[in-house]
Amino acid sequence: MQQAGALGHSAEAEHTSTGLNHRKLLMWAFLASDCLFFGSLIATYLVNRGRSLVGPYPHEVFSIPLTSYSAFLLLMSSLTMVLALAAVQRGNAKWGRVWLLATALLGIHFLANQGYEFNQFAHEGLTPRTNLFGASFFTLTGFHGAHVTLGVFWLTSIVVISLFRPHTISPKNSLNVEIAGLYWHFVDIVWIAIFTLVYLLQPAPPVGG
Amino acid sequence: MAMITGVLRRPTGYAGVWGWVTTVDHKRIGVLYGVSAFVFLLVGGIEALLLRLQLASPNGTVLSAEAYNQLMTMHGTTMIFLVVMPLSAAFFNVVIPLMIGARDVAFPRLNALSYWVFLFGALLLHMSFLVGGPPDAGWFGYANLTERPFSGSGVDFWVLGLQVLGISSMAAAFNFLVTIINMRAPGMTLMRMPLFVWMTLVTSFLLVTAFPVLTVGMLLLLFDRLFGTHFYAPVAGADPILWQHFFWLFGHPEVYILILPAMGIVSEVLPTFARKPLFGYNVVVYSGIVIGFLGWMVWSHHMFTVGLGPVANAIFASTTMLIAIPTGVKIFNWIATLWGGALQMKASLYFALGFIAMFIIGGLSGVMHASVPVDTQQQDTYFVVAHFHYVLFGGSIFGLFAGIYYWFPKITGRLLHEGLGKLQFWLMLIGFNLTFGPMHFLGVAGMPRRIYTYGAESGWGFWNAVETVGAFIIAVSLLAFLANFFRSLRQGEEAGSDPWDGRTLEWSIPSPPPHYNFATIPTVHSRDAWWEEKQRRRAAPAAVAGASNGGAQPSQEEAGHGIHMPSPSYWPLVVAFGVALLAGGLLVNPLLAKVAVAMAGGLIAVIGIFGWSLEPAAASPTHGQ
Repeated sequence: MQQAGALGHSAEAEHTSTGLNHRKLLMWAFLASDCLFFGSLIATYLVNRGRSLVGPYPHEVFSIPLTSYSAFLLLMSSLTMVLALAAVQRGNAKWGRVWLLATALLGIHFLANQGYEFNQFAHEGLTPRTNLFGASFFTLTGFHGAHVTLGVFWLTSIVVISLFRPHTISPKNSLNVEIAGLYWHFVDIVWIAIFTLVYLLQPAPPVGG
Repeated sequence: MAMITGVLRRPTGYAGVWGWVTTVDHKRIGVLYGVSAFVFLLVGGIEALLLRLQLASPNGTVLSAEAYNQLMTMHGTTMIFLVVMPLSAAFFNVVIPLMIGARDVAFPRLNALSYWVFLFGALLLHMSFLVGGPPDAGWFGYANLTERPFSGSGVDFWVLGLQVLGISSMAAAFNFLVTIINMRAPGMTLMRMPLFVWMTLVTSFLLVTAFPVLTVGMLLLLFDRLFGTHFYAPVAGADPILWQHFFWLFGHPEVYILILPAMGIVSEVLPTFARKPLFGYNVVVYSGIVIGFLGWMVWSHHMFTVGLGPVANAIFASTTMLIAIPTGVKIFNWIATLWGGALQMKASLYFALGFIAMFIIGGLSGVMHASVPVDTQQQDTYFVVAHFHYVLFGGSIFGLFAGIYYWFPKITGRLLHEGLGKLQFWLMLIGFNLTFGPMHFLGVAGMPRRIYTYGAESGWGFWNAVETVGAFIIAVSLLAFLANFFRSLRQGEEAGSDPWDGRTLEWSIPSPPPHYNFATIPTVHSRDAWWEEKQRRRAAPAAVAGASNGGAQPSQEEAGHGIHMPSPSYWPLVVAFGVALLAGGLLVNPLLAKVAVAMAGGLIAVIGIFGWSLEPAAASPTHGQ
């Protein structure tokens, strides 16, 4: 669309000591910080594993097929995120928007699954107040869901704003998409850790339970 | 770029109150941080005086047990989160861009946001005085004392206030990380950075990694209190020790967050007034990094008496002893910097020397705590209170005052009065040692900390009376500083651009610096860049002046025109208010109002973020001012 003009501008990137853009460096620093945030939440879950005094216990409520499907959705959303950035960098704004929306929709599907899962658990008697498992589980996965929600809003905002200001996703400004992508992939990776540590590696059922 | 009209127009102008409210200038934000922190120093100081009055004699009746617990909690929380951290942030803001030859920080609006979030968080914390009483569970709020059945709404204010303050600290730390890594003047490699810049970098790393741990710990506590979960309730099978791990995983890096900036300041002040380069620059830098690294591996030494077992205790005792090595290395390097120097005994150097002496005492009692059997004796006694006041007051506060005397002329263009400064120093040194020195004796004699009174038969009355006298001498020393401050603002001696014959780039530009800092971005050829520049100019005045872009050329004023600086913005204030309202809303009590206020806050913050991202880069097509 506007490749020729936009490529001309890309040479005048702002000068930094490392050559890395400020905002990108900020996002990397934030992700490092967020590692500690999720690390603490996951540690809380692991510390409290097997300490619940009353049920329901993990093996009674988890549905691995559903969660595997959710994990698949998020992994696919990372693929569409990559495709979105590639399209934007090529100057193909239309496909950039399509893949961004696809990423957001996959995120929404993931969140819908999570909503369904939480609702099921509530029906089976598991709420954050029920036991330590409920408290740790809902807090950890809830904060992950909040991160996904924020990501969905972010991606949608990029698409909506780009309709009014096309230059915001021009190749010169592809960083706008790239930084959102860094965040999105990180949230995706966190889910891999949660899926493995919380869902797949379950402890043996408690002796008393 | 097309002008956006209406609400998205950026404010213009630097004049008046509105100019300060919408400022994104790092120097002004630094001043805001500094002034706010000083006000809180007086608040925390008055709290301390009340505590000391209560303890001045056996069976004191000044405060009730409840009020004592509240003031003790607020004193600790205030001094750490509202005084030492923001005072350090004030120096980061004012000094770092000047030292690295930059015109501003990487994210000027984020910087303004950090300040406003800090201010609102501090106000939220203090609102507890008006509603339901302040928190009373101590500054490290051990679970399960902080759970609903055992403490009132003050703890809610404490948790939410600290969460909001955490956002502020993290935003500032991200900003300075990026600024230092990315915005150094050409030629300023990492190993040419001034020590204060290095220590700010390490501190920022510690902040962005340590604060999320506290955030999670406090979120869980908040959920326990607001939503009825049982993260810290043994009755549901939980282990309240989890809180201690979270708190000290944050809390020990926090100790270095509080002391490393002061170490950085002292590492600038000593070489300047000793007329020598810093002895062993590389080793001092590496020691700072190692301290930051080891700071993460010692947290359980706060928990030796918890009963983690001999293996854990032995490991944490070893790492704690290890951390004394880089700290000791720094102290020897500072002393070696002074050795043989042409010492200029300015007030700033007095405070830096006070820092070294007092920090050695606090450091040595810290190494004593590293020994598990010794620590078991000292745990929860006044010996511990003595130790951490020697490092945080004798260390951080003395170091920060060295910085105030050192950089005040750069910020205001006027020198603080030397005589009053030295008077303040001696009063503070004597008052400080009278207050906290005897706590060593009382601690070893068995006086527990956090008791609101004691009986006459304990024999602790004499030293407690001495301590109270000392505390009031400290108060007088702060009054001396205030007098000096206000006197010097109006009639202080004109400082000129380089009153101390300094070494670093901030002294190459006028005092106070123009809002764009550097008319020409300097090129750095060595460590102590400005000092080397001055040497070269002396050697070959005519040849060098034109070629080197070194800074304070007479042509600076004309050159300043046409430099594009970011325009002021009110969005940081809007976002900060939204965040604070969101947190404050959770404290409102009927559920409906809670949800409504919190959501209103969230909405304001979201609107603010969109306004922030969409506002134009400058107030008008012509450059701002």
